[in-house]
Amino acid sequence: MQVDNVVCAFCGCVCDDISVTVENGRITQAKNACVIGKAWFLSHGQPSDRPAAMIDGQPASLDDAVDTAAHILTQARYPLIYGLSSTSCEAQRQAVALAEAIGGCIDCCTSVCHGPSGMAVQGIGEPTCTLGEVKNRADLIVYWGSNPGESHPRHMPRYAVTPKGMFIPRGRKDRTVVLIDVRPTPSARAADLFLQVNPGKDFELLWSLRALVKGQAIDEAGLANTGLTLAQLTDLAERMKRCRFGVLFIGQGLTQSRGKHLNTSAAFMLVRDLNSITKFALMPMRGHGNVTGVDNVLGWQTGYPFGVNFSLGYPRFNPGEFTVVDVLSRNEADAALIVASDPAASLPRKAVRRLAEVPTIALDTHESETTRIARVAFTTATAGISAEGTAYRMDNVPLHLSNVLPSSYPSDEQVLGRILARVKELKPW
Amino acid sequence: MVRIINGEVYDPINGINGEVRDICVQDGQIVADVPGGQTIDASGMVVMPAGVDMHSHIAGSKVNLARKMRPEDHRNDVLPRTSITRSGTGGSVPSTFTTGYRYAVMGYTTAFDAAVPPLGARHAHEEFTDTPVVDKGFFALMGNNEFIMQRIAAKRHEQARDYVAWLLQATKAYAVKLVNPGGVELWKFRGNAHTLDDEVAGFGVTPRDIIQTLSDVSTELGLPHPVHIHCNNLGVAGNWETTLETMKALDGRRGHLTHIQFHSYGGKPGGLFTSKAAELAEYVNTHPNLTVDVGQVMFGDTTSMTGDGPVGYMLYQITGRKWANVDVENEEGCGIVPVEYKDKNHVHTTQWAIGLEWFLLINDPWRIALTTDHPNGASFVSYPRIIRLLMDREFRREMMKQVHQKALAKTHLPELDREYSLFEIAIITRAGPAKLLGLKNKGHLGIGADADITIYDKNDDKEKMFACPRYVIKDGRVMVEDGHIREDVYGRTFFVSPAYDPAIEADIREHFDKYYTVRFENYPVQLEHYLPRHTVVPCN
Repeated sequence: MQVDNVVCAFCGCVCDDISVTVENGRITQAKNACVIGKAWFLSHGQPSDRPAAMIDGQPASLDDAVDTAAHILTQARYPLIYGLSSTSCEAQRQAVALAEAIGGCIDCCTSVCHGPSGMAVQGIGEPTCTLGEVKNRADLIVYWGSNPGESHPRHMPRYAVTPKGMFIPRGRKDRTVVLIDVRPTPSARAADLFLQVNPGKDFELLWSLRALVKGQAIDEAGLANTGLTLAQLTDLAERMKRCRFGVLFIGQGLTQSRGKHLNTSAAFMLVRDLNSITKFALMPMRGHGNVTGVDNVLGWQTGYPFGVNFSLGYPRFNPGEFTVVDVLSRNEADAALIVASDPAASLPRKAVRRLAEVPTIALDTHESETTRIARVAFTTATAGISAEGTAYRMDNVPLHLSNVLPSSYPSDEQVLGRILARVKELKPW
Repeated sequence: MVRIINGEVYDPINGINGEVRDICVQDGQIVADVPGGQTIDASGMVVMPAGVDMHSHIAGSKVNLARKMRPEDHRNDVLPRTSITRSGTGGSVPSTFTTGYRYAVMGYTTAFDAAVPPLGARHAHEEFTDTPVVDKGFFALMGNNEFIMQRIAAKRHEQARDYVAWLLQATKAYAVKLVNPGGVELWKFRGNAHTLDDEVAGFGVTPRDIIQTLSDVSTELGLPHPVHIHCNNLGVAGNWETTLETMKALDGRRGHLTHIQFHSYGGKPGGLFTSKAAELAEYVNTHPNLTVDVGQVMFGDTTSMTGDGPVGYMLYQITGRKWANVDVENEEGCGIVPVEYKDKNHVHTTQWAIGLEWFLLINDPWRIALTTDHPNGASFVSYPRIIRLLMDREFRREMMKQVHQKALAKTHLPELDREYSLFEIAIITRAGPAKLLGLKNKGHLGIGADADITIYDKNDDKEKMFACPRYVIKDGRVMVEDGHIREDVYGRTFFVSPAYDPAIEADIREHFDKYYTVRFENYPVQLEHYLPRHTVVPCN
């Protein structure tokens, strides 16, 4: 059976034109998907004999696991809910309700990827657009600290570099593509211009670019150790001013290198300034399939995009105080619920140590470092393959995820809903 | 079952003006009589249909970006969870739960979002699902839709009509909304439309063409609400001429001109505003095809959010504050900027006065609705204060003492002595908006109407009276008592489903293949998934 126009929820591109072949209870083909999308469909489209629930590494009934999880969360004084970037908005909504019910912290992968972009939005605003505007209008594409060829393989061919659009009739030929990074990644081959910045010098370059765009003089000495010459930077500034519709895509090279939200703020200000001369947009290259969705769900339910705390019965926001690495590294969290993410494999060591010390509950589609250290582990149906729901593309366009391969595992939404119901029984108001 | 006895009833649609009579409720509807159930003694109280907000910004991508962008707007205004209700944050752009509860405790049970880009329809519906108590719906932005402009240019009116019907169905929207027609398209390359006859580059149409076509299409499809127009040149001194030109361009066609206050400015672009409310109100008074809502400005900090991208940029240039702009492929744009209206500011005083002039100069209250264009002019929570300004001329005079005197003196406001009656307030806050929206079961207390009822303790201070109703009944259930939510119930979403010739779908599909980044098949909103409670409002 072939299902067309399936939405791929693996990366922030959320491409919606995949033709999936389902044969004998497994996915055997994912046409149009990129190499990582294909791997996602094929690996998650396989039968699994993993138990739906485990307690202390032993198979358990779903009821018992839900009950144990609810007990852990209600007994904790400072529980943390984290992850959520690879699940549906419907599950994310349950997770926020649960965080509120237990009076805990809730944070998402944004805090370790584009949190600094979110903070830049709060300081500067955000001149942006949807990906179709990039396709239809953009004649200058700049990637900064991003390697889309490997992280978002269809970003260039489907949205930003090669497609023909309404005002870009010749596609690639009508565009100039610039890549700025600390090393020549495979994406550099697709660019007209590659500029190698020295590590940790992004802020200096962005700030110098702002000066050049505003017509202020800077000298060569000011660019010492940045890796670029004044001539190179002047050329880039001129291209930015001359284009008709420019787009700056920023990646984690900018958000997670030294400077973090100062880097992103400088990038946002540069793009804002450029709008006094021409039309220019900025877009964070969001990584996980629905990390943009969790920002949105938290946004509409609490007013804040990540790092939200419910200890006082209402939402509070403070990056650095209520964000995952901080809450764990300071040994504040005394229980954790991890959804659709593997922080045990990705967070700093101190944070992981705390995660292993406290009772942890994990929901994931497969075994991971986090499920291995979890007191309670649920195996859940993959959102977008075996569970319906919603995912937001990196440009905040929502798409509907379908269930192309029915699974015997419950969805994240269902498990979280059951834990929430049990929590309310254990801890009536 | 509920019986409300001894209340002074204001039900303008049924011509009831303060008579004491009983109202009975069963199964969510108003009925003639009930055999038993709860009795509410409304002696000394005022009974009205619940409020209807016909133009507000409460859900979707633009609203949510404003929330995420402004943590400072929320932190001093929080709503803790209770045993019944979810927590949330307030400020000018409240979270979804807070939005629903705050409308409810103010006695409003219906609110429409006025500007959703069709591509973001799914997002708006998701937020509606998390917006408690109130019934809701949204208007789909179409004034800069490239497919429509191409069909107008090709003189294929019937294709434009079929497409509009398809789009309303696909997005589960309620009405056609124009925002700066043609201008937002031009803004995508940093331009704008300044007159009704500016050509929209690349499309060969003018704002006038778009306005006339979409007014006709709305009528031909029999939509319950006529075309909803945010005119060109919002917020620009001298824009009243564009507004008047838009009214004339409608030429007898039906049209609702929204947040008219923002479009009633004399003066020269870049200079100080003067009021042209009187001139425009006179035109509306004599042209029954036109209706308006006000978009009243109130002093304080708020967030400007609009589908009008160039206006967002203009406000950024004026204020220097943070600025968001989102251009949406083939459809629309948006701009967001925090703004503070100051009572000692010449322009802001003029804006405040113009809004009040509109209320006081329109003869027929059925053709003007109370709005603040929430949160653009002010938050919807300021409606009770606006009601007091309209009902209490002494209070109005006190307020006038605090504003910029030179600016005030150039308006007609000081000369206007009119005071609204409770009957008229009931018209501009519920009966009128319900009629303008074409919602036959809202805004009145006749047999068969939705049992959405607000009961107020009488109070000479009308702000206090309208801020905190004694009871709010939604779908026949007492949801609010003395400002406290008693039950957390989720309302329904209204949308329209006009018929169209399916032959148009092949053209739309081709347009998607060429210019969208989502597939035609993935665009329509899945009804059962995203609108768990919905009502299709019939077209005529």
